[in-house]
Amino acid sequence: MPQFSAPQILTANDLLSGEVVYHTKTGAWSCRHKDAAIFDQPNPAADCLKEIIQNDASVVSPYLVRALPMHFREAFRAAGPSNRFIGKQAGHT
Amino acid sequence: MYNYTVFDKDFVATRAAQFRDQVQRRIEGTLTEDEFKPLRLMNGLYLLLHAYMLRVAIPYGTLNSQQMRALADIADKWDKGYAHFSTRQNVQFHWPKLRDVPDILEALAAVHMHAIQTSGACIRSVTADHFAGAAADELSDPRPTAELVRQWSTDHPEFAFLPRKFKIAVSGSPQDRAVTKFHDIGLRLVQDATGAPGYEVSVGGGLGRTPMVGKVLRGFLPRADLLPYLEAILQVYNLIGRRDNKYKARIKITLHEHGLEDIRQQVEASFSLQRARFDGTDQDILARIEADFMLPAYKTAPISAFERQLANDPSFRAFSETNLHPHKNPDYAIVTVSLKAHGATPGDASSAQMRVLAEIAARWSHDELRVSHEQNIILPHVHKGDLPEVYKALQAAGLATANIGLISDLIACPGMDYCDLATARSTIVAQSIALRFEALKQEHTIGPLKIKISGCINACGHHHAGHIGILGLEKAGVESYQITLGGDGSQNATIGKPTGKGFSSDEIVPAIERLIEAYLLLRHSASEAFLTTYRRLGPAPFKAALYSAKERKNEL
Repeated sequence: MPQFSAPQILTANDLLSGEVVYHTKTGAWSCRHKDAAIFDQPNPAADCLKEIIQNDASVVSPYLVRALPMHFREAFRAAGPSNRFIGKQAGHT
Repeated sequence: MYNYTVFDKDFVATRAAQFRDQVQRRIEGTLTEDEFKPLRLMNGLYLLLHAYMLRVAIPYGTLNSQQMRALADIADKWDKGYAHFSTRQNVQFHWPKLRDVPDILEALAAVHMHAIQTSGACIRSVTADHFAGAAADELSDPRPTAELVRQWSTDHPEFAFLPRKFKIAVSGSPQDRAVTKFHDIGLRLVQDATGAPGYEVSVGGGLGRTPMVGKVLRGFLPRADLLPYLEAILQVYNLIGRRDNKYKARIKITLHEHGLEDIRQQVEASFSLQRARFDGTDQDILARIEADFMLPAYKTAPISAFERQLANDPSFRAFSETNLHPHKNPDYAIVTVSLKAHGATPGDASSAQMRVLAEIAARWSHDELRVSHEQNIILPHVHKGDLPEVYKALQAAGLATANIGLISDLIACPGMDYCDLATARSTIVAQSIALRFEALKQEHTIGPLKIKISGCINACGHHHAGHIGILGLEKAGVESYQITLGGDGSQNATIGKPTGKGFSSDEIVPAIERLIEAYLLLRHSASEAFLTTYRRLGPAPFKAALYSAKERKNEL
């Protein structure tokens, strides 16, 4: 497992819409990056990911990612494509 | 065009119904994602960065107006009002919802389309020259062969789980517009000394992380031997192709590791066994397919309207100079419709534009359209007398950009704006280059130039084959663009050579501008194209334009 070097968030794609979703404090999924729960410690993050992989069929390809600074790939996932105003940035889902 | 038989109709309808059931089971939870993923991929359904992506096959890039309208309807009803035409002559929808995909497949099946062979380790949707059946320089129409290969390869039970994906391209012209040398198998329609038809068969070409130019396995394969010979190649590959490492699993690596002669001996040995299994039924089927690809009933009419417009309208003249290609009927022209308006995403068309293209094809192009691997749409059979009206209709839809073969007619994969494999964006670079050279009003001065951009090492944007190639990578957490020079996807297939260190997203357009400035100073005359100048002088003066003396010294 890669070393836990910074606070992380848990993200995935929604099974039905394919939309990027973020795991929130309440355990629900939100399509807004700002709602993402931040894990400060490695063990709870890994446990949560394991639990979702095993038991949550509402999402696909869940993974943990560094919260900040946001990698540019994650910035596109959070906003939508940069080549046209579409997706989350345009309020579309 | 090929007409679906009862078998074809049943086949695609059954697949759509099967997928409906599979989607239902996935939603209910009786199929896990691990179980479902190979099933969705077999039906062209990927999960990318923001959403699902449905890749629809357009075998050998040919479609009619009804099919184009159906694609536009799908874009409106189940997507976001546009579609992306890809470098594989396919079309992609980037925002479908899982529940809707069975309906989309059903709508496709209703117009004899599907999403089969657009993913997975199988023989993929076959591609061909986008000017097939129309080009003046063509020896023979490659589409009947391409259709025969499609029928043979679809659901071929022995080749459903190959070591890796397998791409076949067919060309019928001396001018290779189908990039055959960069395919797993490239077929060129040729004749022997007696005029008998056959194929030159190349094997082991490919782009991606290990680009290779295909090698000729058979200089002349008699026409009737095609399927047993393909069967032999695939059998050998299926047996000895590597399955231990996906990066070494394509047939280009098999060929490289075993050597051409060894592969040739194995294929010939297999072929001698396969040949007896083919009793001529395939040739009967080919003859029936050929009947579907008869030349359209060309009209005889004056072309004076075309000549008048040429004389009087400079913008039409510019369009005619770049976007028309000689047709085998001298009163006709092949029109390439650019999906590269300056600043647009290469290959994207709105549903409204797709309907206009369908309408134009129905009225003025014998109901035929083609998708080119260069992400443009072709109207293959337009009478020259109709060209002024076609041009007017294209203009009204924002489809009359006169840039075919020029710097802004660049190809780009979707890159990190959509693709989960991408390491950097590519469309934004394409858009920026097109806008920059449009602002400089230089593209006609620069002349023929192919820039190709990929957003990762997998090379969907064919960067290795670009006169100027751009590869987007990630370096230290930011996008970095590596330039290659001298690539060529034609019959003179050449892999471009990297110039040196990459450029940031802010630096890449100025770097391309420096390259072009150097070329304009170095060329012998305005008629010497970029690639010719590069071949004459080699990379040194271009590297000098890209990098400082210190940077070049550090490279040594």
